[in-house]
Amino acid sequence: MIDNTQLNQIAYLSKLSIDGDALNATIKDLNNILTLVEQLGEIDTDGIIPMAHPLHMTQRLREDKVTEDDKSKIFQSIAPKIDKQYYLVPTVIE
Amino acid sequence: MHDRTIAELTEGLKSKEFSSVEIVQNYLDKINASDLNAFITITTEMAIKQAQVADERIAKGNANILTGIPYAHKDIFCTSGVRTSAGSKMLDNFIAPYDATVSYKFNQAGLVMLGKTNMDEFAMGSSNESSFYGATRNPWNKNKVPGGSSGGSAAAVAARLAPFATGTDTGGSIRQPSSLCGVTGLKPTYGCVSRYGMIAYASSLDQAGPITQTAKDAALVLNVMAGFDEKDSTSAQRDVEDYTQSLNNSIKGLTIGLPKEFFSEGLDNNVASEIMAAVKEFEVLGASVKEISLPNSKYAIPTYYVVAPCECSSNLSRMDGVRFGHRCDKPKDLEDLYLRSRTEGFGEEVKRRIMIGSYALSSGYYDAYYLKAQKTRHLISNDFKKAFKEVDVIMGPVSPTTAFDLGSFKDPVSMYLADIYTLSANLAGLPGMSIPAGFSHNMPVGLQMIGDYWSESKLLNIAHQFQQVTEHHSQIPLKEVV
Repeated sequence: MIDNTQLNQIAYLSKLSIDGDALNATIKDLNNILTLVEQLGEIDTDGIIPMAHPLHMTQRLREDKVTEDDKSKIFQSIAPKIDKQYYLVPTVIE
Repeated sequence: MHDRTIAELTEGLKSKEFSSVEIVQNYLDKINASDLNAFITITTEMAIKQAQVADERIAKGNANILTGIPYAHKDIFCTSGVRTSAGSKMLDNFIAPYDATVSYKFNQAGLVMLGKTNMDEFAMGSSNESSFYGATRNPWNKNKVPGGSSGGSAAAVAARLAPFATGTDTGGSIRQPSSLCGVTGLKPTYGCVSRYGMIAYASSLDQAGPITQTAKDAALVLNVMAGFDEKDSTSAQRDVEDYTQSLNNSIKGLTIGLPKEFFSEGLDNNVASEIMAAVKEFEVLGASVKEISLPNSKYAIPTYYVVAPCECSSNLSRMDGVRFGHRCDKPKDLEDLYLRSRTEGFGEEVKRRIMIGSYALSSGYYDAYYLKAQKTRHLISNDFKKAFKEVDVIMGPVSPTTAFDLGSFKDPVSMYLADIYTLSANLAGLPGMSIPAGFSHNMPVGLQMIGDYWSESKLLNIAHQFQQVTEHHSQIPLKEVV
């Protein structure tokens, strides 16, 4: 079951911040979900192969060649912050 | 005009009884007068333009069967130049830079998009209440939910705000709202309809399909939607089918399987009796009924709530405030940019599922959760394999109850439990349908049909035959009739 410390770790992995009033409610909700999920422990799955694809298909490969036009201008037109062909984020290295 | 089926509208267009522009204007007027909150975006100008082009195509004689027919598009499909929000604040400002394959195919066929429909945020929900844009109302009773996640689409078709709508189904999101709104919904076999440009929730479960008034209409729409797409690596390479071809086949000799697990504790008595009355109707049509068992189906909920969150925690990691979507104000560093953009952009249910996924995939827990769930998924799939050796189709309820009141589920787990009958078809990748089967306290009840892989034509045939002898599918919620 998840406690305060674990919740902070999960939130960190998820790049989310949960704090204040939401903290206890979130712990309760996540623990309720995990209690539901614990039922999986009842099932004997010895020797069962995990199901990777609903139709047991392997994914197709394609030739390693460019098939799309350069759409960078369209893609960048919806970006929050750009400079020339770059997406801008806060400074990482001073 | 607004209560006609697609098949009837195509006849009217062909005989020049009306033009596409006239039909489209009629639906736009209805949408604007509606208070169901079924649409996030109404694309009025674009729709009129598309309808004019469709009318020109019809006049020149180079129209397809569905040219000029309007539709409502779930706001999860990318539509070039039009906001595609997935019901989230995160994508409230996202103007899709390209078309999903489904959108592209509809454009090529000359269909006319009326707008983008409301949905649970990133398709995570069974009530439409997790939408950033507020819940859609059920047209049969505006205090009740339309179901989810394709609730806006199902409500729009039920209220005849559009002749059909698109939906996506990851755990029941086409079938459950179709059931709760009294319309016909089809979730095809995994890999049947391209997922390219469909905003991903859980990629091994997501599948798109039509929401229509009738099975015949669903066949007409699936003819356009389905087919191999090299842009989707999980798209199945199969020959194109004409899903309308076997609609009129007799269903004499059909064997229907009724899983005892689908009629156990928790199923509302009135819903159960409507379902059994529908099954009786099939017996009159020459089908026989057999009780079957899907012993692992009770584990569909815990299996789904591991697999889907794991996949969503990975899929939604692309929403980081860098390239598109919501970005927080004045981030102090890169970590702050990610953290605040995501915390501000996602709603509660989405955050819960991302965190469950991150937890289940994290070191030390992977085997106990994800691997175990993938193994259980195999057992659930094997149950169906065994069942389809004995029966042609599985029938049962879609949902344990009719539409519930808005705001009635405070605790997320109790809402998850309502998905009990729909999840297993997604986990196995099988096709499923919901068709109107009756009413309980004036609210629609949907009959679920699950078929073997690639049995869409068969399911549509069975549904069509049922709709030839019943009237449930042509009932319209009175208050919405303009």
